[in-house]
Amino acid sequence: MLPPFALEEPTSVHEALALRARYGETACLYAGGTELLLTMKEGLLRYERLINIKLIPELAGMALEDGALHIGAITTHRMLERSPVVQRHFPTVAEMAAHVANVRVREVGTLGGNLCFAEPHADPGTLLLVYDASVALAQQGGTHTLALEQFFVGPFEVALADDEILTAIRVPALPAHTAAVYLKYGLLERPSVGVAVAVTALPDQVQEVRIAVGCVGPTPRRLRDVEGLLSQKELPEVRATLDAAGALAGSAADAVTDLHGSAEYKAYLVGVLLRRAFERAYQQAIRGDVGDTARGRGTA
Amino acid sequence: MTDNRAHHGTATGQVLSIHVTVNGHAHDVLIEPYLTLIELIRDRLGLTGTKKSCDMQVCGACTVLLNGRPVSACTMLAFEARHASLLTIEGLAQGEALHPIQEAFIEHGGLQCGFCTPGMILAAKALLEENPAPTEEEVKHYMRGNLCRCTGYKRILESIMVAARRLAQTHNPGVLET
Repeated sequence: MLPPFALEEPTSVHEALALRARYGETACLYAGGTELLLTMKEGLLRYERLINIKLIPELAGMALEDGALHIGAITTHRMLERSPVVQRHFPTVAEMAAHVANVRVREVGTLGGNLCFAEPHADPGTLLLVYDASVALAQQGGTHTLALEQFFVGPFEVALADDEILTAIRVPALPAHTAAVYLKYGLLERPSVGVAVAVTALPDQVQEVRIAVGCVGPTPRRLRDVEGLLSQKELPEVRATLDAAGALAGSAADAVTDLHGSAEYKAYLVGVLLRRAFERAYQQAIRGDVGDTARGRGTA
Repeated sequence: MTDNRAHHGTATGQVLSIHVTVNGHAHDVLIEPYLTLIELIRDRLGLTGTKKSCDMQVCGACTVLLNGRPVSACTMLAFEARHASLLTIEGLAQGEALHPIQEAFIEHGGLQCGFCTPGMILAAKALLEENPAPTEEEVKHYMRGNLCRCTGYKRILESIMVAARRLAQTHNPGVLET
């Protein structure tokens, strides 16, 4: 049983923003509801009204814009998973989306909602960080963009004001000779550890490595110190550094002890997944193959 | 069946009038915005084949098909079904004739206690409409959110593979069942 609330159904961002301004924190934006309704059923969150944003055409749809993928906020995981455009140009994103939670959650849950809810045990944010993704935030004065890295503030906390709406996610294309891999592991319904790695490389020459870690700590985060250890190096040197990089990543991930495991265990797994993800991404980058790379147990 | 009860005394008093087709029958119902789909199905429409178990979209017992897509009725708001076609397990058989997926589950022992079975069968139906000739791996991936605590899944998997072949044969009678 859900506690009573009223429903608002704006049909434009303009209307939705007016409702946001009017009702403030007594109302909550509602898209797929896969996270929000669970939390409301548990009595952890209570709102006087929900603002259903799924009738707003401006928030729907996906498109390639100058090589970058524009994803409307109410795009579901299932749409990402099954879109020929995403499968072709951002195959790792499609593959990651195909492994979020279960098919019912993917049919209903949206990317915008997933990012805004900021449940730490989730997949999309971690992978999108290595693409340098950004979010478009609308407020009554206009729309501004924010790097996804700045959007994540803490567990269940993002840089979205009470009078703003996340309208879209922008995912830039990876540079040439780059492949991204997302690996996760978990024993429970949600993933315990998620590691994303993007490697730009020519045979035996590693130019750039981007690394993001999620699920283990308060928010998904880029690990730039670890990236620095592995970038602009010849392959044997990178491989010789991977153990140290994995250990550093484990500690930099700020792992917490919870039902998914101890902080020590998760930090160790971060290192394991980092090494595996690096090897796969490197091999794919030098083959010019950027496909089919999000794998692992556990869901988001 | 139409529910015309007025709903007074709620915090907001807001009542929505929705039109929904359930198992081929049109309904106009008045609902509160916070009514869940499973409450509409079980408590208002009296269709108790849809089961509630985990109540958090993990187990799949409450799986129903909304315009052919599988959703968790436990964690979906009922108003989302407006103007939609809703299929529950009660709508699958044609009179006394069971659906081929139902027949395959019976013949191959794809159930024991039966509590997960309505959700299993509806999820399998959605899968086979999207992917009529899935591999075993594809079935496992699609069905991973439907949990069974009795069978160990082997017979469920077999049932779905058999149903897929039979349905393909129905659509393409020239192809022999293997």
